[in-house]
Parts: sequence; structure tokens; C-alpha cells
Amino acid sequence: MNFIYSRTYKALVTLPPILWVSLFLLLPYLMMLLHSFWAVRDGVIVDRWNFDNYATLFKNPLYLQVLFRTARIAASVTLLSVLLGYPVAYFLSFHAGPRKEILYQLVIVPLWVSYLVRGYAWKTILGSDGVLNGFLQYLHITHGPVSAILYSPFAVILMLTHIYTPFVFLPIYASLEHIPRPLIEASQDLGASPRKTFFRVILPLSLPGLLAGATFAFVLSLGDFLAPLLVGGPSGTMIANLVQSLFGAAYDWPLGAAISVFILVITVALLAVTQRVEKHWSFE
Amino acid sequence: MSASTSTVSRRPWLLGSYAALVFAFIYLPIIVLVAYSFNRDGVGGFPPRHFTFDWYRQLFADSAIWDSVVNSLIVAAGAVVLSLTLGLLAALALDRADFPCKSLFRRLVLLPLILPGIITGLSMLMFAVIAGFQRSLILVFFGHGTALISVATTELFAGLQKMDRRQEEASLDLGATPWRTFWLVTLPNLKLSLIAAGLLIFTLSMDEIAVTFFLIGSESTLPLEIWGRLRRGITPEINAISTLILVVSIILIAIWYHLRTRNEHD
Repeated sequence: MNFIYSRTYKALVTLPPILWVSLFLLLPYLMMLLHSFWAVRDGVIVDRWNFDNYATLFKNPLYLQVLFRTARIAASVTLLSVLLGYPVAYFLSFHAGPRKEILYQLVIVPLWVSYLVRGYAWKTILGSDGVLNGFLQYLHITHGPVSAILYSPFAVILMLTHIYTPFVFLPIYASLEHIPRPLIEASQDLGASPRKTFFRVILPLSLPGLLAGATFAFVLSLGDFLAPLLVGGPSGTMIANLVQSLFGAAYDWPLGAAISVFILVITVALLAVTQRVEKHWSFE
Repeated sequence: MSASTSTVSRRPWLLGSYAALVFAFIYLPIIVLVAYSFNRDGVGGFPPRHFTFDWYRQLFADSAIWDSVVNSLIVAAGAVVLSLTLGLLAALALDRADFPCKSLFRRLVLLPLILPGIITGLSMLMFAVIAGFQRSLILVFFGHGTALISVATTELFAGLQKMDRRQEEASLDLGATPWRTFWLVTLPNLKLSLIAAGLLIFTLSMDEIAVTFFLIGSESTLPLEIWGRLRRGITPEINAISTLILVVSIILIAIWYHLRTRNEHD
């Protein structure tokens, strides 16, 4: 059908976005890539090509420690978001009846609510003179404030799980809604227990959505630098915070760039793999 | 969608209570935030005791906050125009033209949506420094506008795919110029996608921190202003502004929802 549009039309719609995106998006990303192979000498960035920055990331024990902590936090957030999001999606899809639409909207609404506002809410709840501590003392469960809640990896996990649960819910719900109901009825009519129906029919058919949601949660928490600053404290520092300090006070752009490229590669690779797996599953 | 199956099992009260707990987890922090914006004694402690509007009064007199709100509104409005313009062209290009590296272009446009904001922000900062641009509100506007082309392209491309191509053909066959056809047929058909994309871009830009963080000069946007205050120690004034942000978000959702359902009923 494309013949109905003239060559001029196609050129007019194609060239401006290509030029703009190449200049203001591709070029900046490429600069990041180039810098990751350069070095800092006497406080000046020089284009001396090397792989030292990447080597540093994997050799320096401090960086490795932060890297593992980041992976652990991102994995915990992913797992918790799935554990919270999946049952809710399941409940809505199969048992919510006429309240389905309104409950669905209730899960979506927080997605529109400011990230910062939600993060701040946790700060006021978890702080040593925060709402949770006040509540515990009010009930006489504790007598002094428990100070270890805020400024810990746990607080980061809690905040990110709160933010990404709706993200994980969405694709899972979509995939549950797409399961043909006769399949489930067939399984039950043939005598499978509800448990068996779930594990043999529903769960496998919802795996693409589950995978998509889990990937979102993992990738988004992997590169987060605001949650650690807001509720993480020093023990909650994540990899993106290293990048931030390397581009700021530490002034080592090449090393910061190498870590950024590393995050970028992991993100893109994970998304590519999940996309391929999803495609594979959905054709079966 | 499909009819809900009542055959799956008996009333799953356990699952239902679990779902209720998850809803509580999602909403409790937001409720706490709003409740404490009316608490005279500060952001913590339990229970909130003395009801007051003082924090709102303080907020409305706080010129630094309102300056930052104005900055955010300017950036967001500009970002909506910039990213919708380029996103519309990109969506038309992806829908109707063939060009080299098309799939690469599609992926590249989406990158800012997928990558952590810090990477996009820092890449843009490097570009700006090397190109000799000053860090400023204008740079933030360009940054948001460029990063959010991703959202505009996705929404508008979906809109184009759903569109009835024959209307455009008819218009061209009847002698309208491509330009007239674009204005009188293509754009009106995309109206809803344009509004939806615009609302989403506006919301995302108003809330953006990561890119803003690295591109801003001496000015402040609303999220950065709040961010700065969070690090200096917190008062319920921040709860108050958060509550207002919440109210505005809910109004935007309501508009979006209204538009969407109205369109479905047409």
C-alpha cells in the first residue's frame, strides 16, 4: 500500500527524525561508548585506547561488592514483585467478577503517581522517627525507635518493589486474560485438580507475561540510582551510584562510562533474550 | 474481555485476602503521605494528632516551589511539542516508508525508555559538554523532548496501525494534496493517540529526575526542588506538595480514561 505516498512525502517524514535521533541520541550514546575506552591522565581525559576501565570494574573488590549487591537487590525486587503481582493478576483475571475493571484501574493508577512522591512516602514511613516506628511504639511492641529500617538495602528493596509491582502485574494480567477459557474448562472436565490445572495449563501459558514483567522489574531496578540515595544510605549503594560519583566528584568519566556501557549491555542483552524466548513460547 | 470463569475453584478467600494485602501495600504509603500533610506535628510519629492546613499555607507562600513548578510546566509543555512532532514523523516513517537501518532506528528511538535514566542523562551531558552547550533549563527541555520521542513514536505508531488507510487514499484520489490529506484526514484520525501520548509525555516529564539531574543549571524543576529539600531534612510541606501532585495526576488519569472510554463507545 505504500505506493500511495510519494517519495517527497516519505523523505519529509523520514529525514528529520533520523537526523535528530542520530545527532542527539545516537551520538551521545556513542560518546559514552568511546569514553569507556579512554583514560584520565593528570585530571584530563585523553583518548588513549585501553580496556583498563572494564578490567577495573571486575578487579576492584569495592566495585565487585557493589555489583553483587546491585544484582542481589534487583533479583529480590524482581522476585517480590512477581510474588505480589502474579496472585493479584490471577485473582483479577479469574475471580474478580464485575469488579475486575475497577480493580484493574486501581493497580494502574500508582503507575501515574510520581516516583519521587512514592519514594518520599517510604522515607517518612521507615525513618527512625517515622510512621512505622511511631506505630510500633504506640502499640507498645517496641519502646525506642528501631533505627535499622531506613538506610539499608532492605529499604531499597521495599521501595523498588512498591514501585515495580504494578509494572510486573500488567504483562502478567495481559497474558492471563489471553488464555482461552475453554482450555481451562477442558482441563477441569478431564478431571485435573485446580492445582494441576494451574501448574500444567495456566502457569505455562502465562510465562511470557511473567517473563516480560520480571525483566522490566530487574532491568529498571538494576540502573536505579535515586532509591539508594533516598532510602538506601551507604550500605544500600548501587552500581548507578558509582557511575554518578565517577561523573561527579571522583571525576573519572572513562571509568564511569565503562560501568554505564556494562549496565547498557546487560539491559539490552536481557531484553533481547526475553523477547526471543517470548516469541518462541507464543508460537508453540 | 472473555467472561470470567466461575468454574476454576470455590470462592478463593485466601487468594482474595492476599490480593487485598497487596492493594494495601500499594496504597498505604500514599494514604500515609496524604494524611500526614494535615498533621501539625511533622512527618512521622503515630497517630497523626492535630489536624492543620498550615503546611498548605506554608506551601502556597513558598515561592521557590512555585518557581520550580513553573519551570517544570515550561519544560514539560515544550517536551510534549518537541517529542510529539518528531515522534509523529518517526511513526509515519516507520509505518509508511522503507529506509536503510529501519529496525535499528526503531530500536534506537526506544532506548531511552528501556535504559536507566542515568545512562541517557550522562550521555546527553557528555554530548552537551563536548558540544559546548551550557547546562540549563533549555538543555533539560531538549533532553526530555528527545528521550520522550520513544513514548510518542510507540503510541502514534500504534495509532497509525489501527487507522483505516482507505480514507487517506480516497482523499488523495479525490484530488486533495498530500498536505491537505495530512491535515484533514491523517491528523484528525490520530487525535486520540496524540492526546494520550501528550498526557503521558507531560506526566513523565513533570516527574523526570535522572536526565534532569545532569542537564540542569542553576534553576530547578519541581522534582529536583523536592529532591533538594529531602536531603536537607523534611517537613509536611513536602507531603502537601506531594498530595497536590497526586491530585493533579489523578485528574490527568481521569481525563485520559474519559477520552479512552468515550472513544470505545463511539
